[in-house]
Amino acid sequence: MTKAAIRAEAETLFAAFQAAGALPVEADILLPAGTLLDLYGEDIRARAYVTADPLRGEMMLRPDFTVPVVHAHMAHGADPARYTYMGEVFRRQEHFGPRASEYLQVGFEIFDRAEPEAADAEVFALFSRLLAPLGLKAATGDIGILLAAVRGLGTTERRKAALLRHVWRPKRFRALLDRFAGRAPAPEARLQLLERLATGSAEALIEAAGPVIGLREPADIAARAAALIEDAEAAPISGAEAGMLDELLTLEDTAAAALERLRAIAAEMPAIATSVDRFARRLGALEARGMDAATLPFAASHGQSTLEYYDGFVFSFHAANPALPPVATGGRYDALTAVLGQGRSIPAVGGVIRPGLVAQLKGTL
Amino acid sequence: MLKIGVPSKGRLMEKTFDWFNARGIAMRQTGAEREYSGAVEGIDGVELVLLSAGEIPRELAAGRIHLGVTGSDLVRDKLADWQTQVAELAHLGFGHADLIIAVPACWIDVDTLDDLDAAAAAFRAAHGFRLRIATKYHRLVREFLTAQGVADYQLVDSQGATEGTVKNGTAEAIADITSSGETLRANHLKILSDALVHSSQAVLFASRRAEWGEAAGTLAQLVQKLDVAEPEFTRS
Repeated sequence: MTKAAIRAEAETLFAAFQAAGALPVEADILLPAGTLLDLYGEDIRARAYVTADPLRGEMMLRPDFTVPVVHAHMAHGADPARYTYMGEVFRRQEHFGPRASEYLQVGFEIFDRAEPEAADAEVFALFSRLLAPLGLKAATGDIGILLAAVRGLGTTERRKAALLRHVWRPKRFRALLDRFAGRAPAPEARLQLLERLATGSAEALIEAAGPVIGLREPADIAARAAALIEDAEAAPISGAEAGMLDELLTLEDTAAAALERLRAIAAEMPAIATSVDRFARRLGALEARGMDAATLPFAASHGQSTLEYYDGFVFSFHAANPALPPVATGGRYDALTAVLGQGRSIPAVGGVIRPGLVAQLKGTL
Repeated sequence: MLKIGVPSKGRLMEKTFDWFNARGIAMRQTGAEREYSGAVEGIDGVELVLLSAGEIPRELAAGRIHLGVTGSDLVRDKLADWQTQVAELAHLGFGHADLIIAVPACWIDVDTLDDLDAAAAAFRAAHGFRLRIATKYHRLVREFLTAQGVADYQLVDSQGATEGTVKNGTAEAIADITSSGETLRANHLKILSDALVHSSQAVLFASRRAEWGEAAGTLAQLVQKLDVAEPEFTRS
């Protein structure tokens, strides 16, 4: 596939997004590494090219457009606004294989406070229409339901915060849930520490353990020791609640069947009712756009293992060949605008298409 | 000529020479004691290349040497997808060391990765930056912590005297190689109980990237003497 053919495909998509009312925007290729590292953590280092600038410090070759576009919007965007962009992104690959380390992305983002579900449906319907000739498989989900379920748990705020922090790291999320629900035992050293704390102060134990070195202060250590005592005294998350979370993590069905199942769970777990209503409204908005929403594949945990900051509706489009990366991905990222907006926020939804894969799949049709 | 890279100094060189000597292959330094050239006896067609242990992974990956002796930790850390670039022929049974994560002994609340993760979250909230772990094993440590789902840390580079970084205020924790743990204790650090990143030892590696040609025949003789299995890729 030649670069010219891929660029032509990208131009077509770029024009289609502009026809949908989006303003074309440009973004720098060299981005300050700090913002991306703070957002994504050290993992992004393995997935992006980091370089040193003698004057500006650590810089990163643009691994995605979301962060610079959200930044630009939060700094001086109209409200509401919709944007489209087209350009290269760079992804360091740690394994030999078919994944490209440099490829074009064309994206579309809506920043709008009115009717978020209608915006979700508009983005998904637009992507479906543009990709329709390729016969791709769609996958959808809604991280908002899982987040609401965790927020509504009848347990300590600290446990909820720990679970929320790890929603995007399924393995640790599962380990924490098992421990908080009493399904996995506390580690031996933890029990020994609690025993020692029962008879002595944290301060005395710290002093006996060795000189204080590093920036973590005795007060920080004592505060966490107090939190561990509080956690040991807290009742486990109930079997019923843990069971419902398990069910959410594994729920996978057509959207209509999933909605029915979620309504039944919401009857027992009212905290997710608002999110389930949003899911229902989104399906309605999709139907209103002439889509067969009821049969869409839905998984409540879809998007849980991505690096992105999606916190509501999530979607992707896949080719039949499982070795290929998704042709398009997207979702809602309201929390990201709050993180980058320094006190301000705006509901946002969008997605990207890889024109290189579109061109490749068209070539083999 | 089959080129074999061997660490150019210290115990690793001596132990490597001993290991080959015990199997009928005599290796020795030639010329002056500090001159990095060597000779091999007991088999024809083998050239000894004395190199820094840290450079042997790169030389194997580039195919400039056919065989090389170095630490399994160095190969895993320096080579992406290392199995596609080199193959392990034999574990040599010396040079044992564990790559571990250690934190200040005064952190009475931290014993596991779970604790480290929770402490990192609180540290970031209190200090405004991510908890720093000093290491020179960036790939191994990052892959390990990603797989374990640990967040809110950052790796800072430390090419030596890593155990001192916490006391010197440039890191909160370290990830480093240890054999006895003595240096850690002397620097008031303790090892996390569930954070063995890699258990390393000296390994004889074969390059999948080298031009084998005639060296494949030499290797066939060599593996017989060493009593190790012949890799399948050298004759293709």
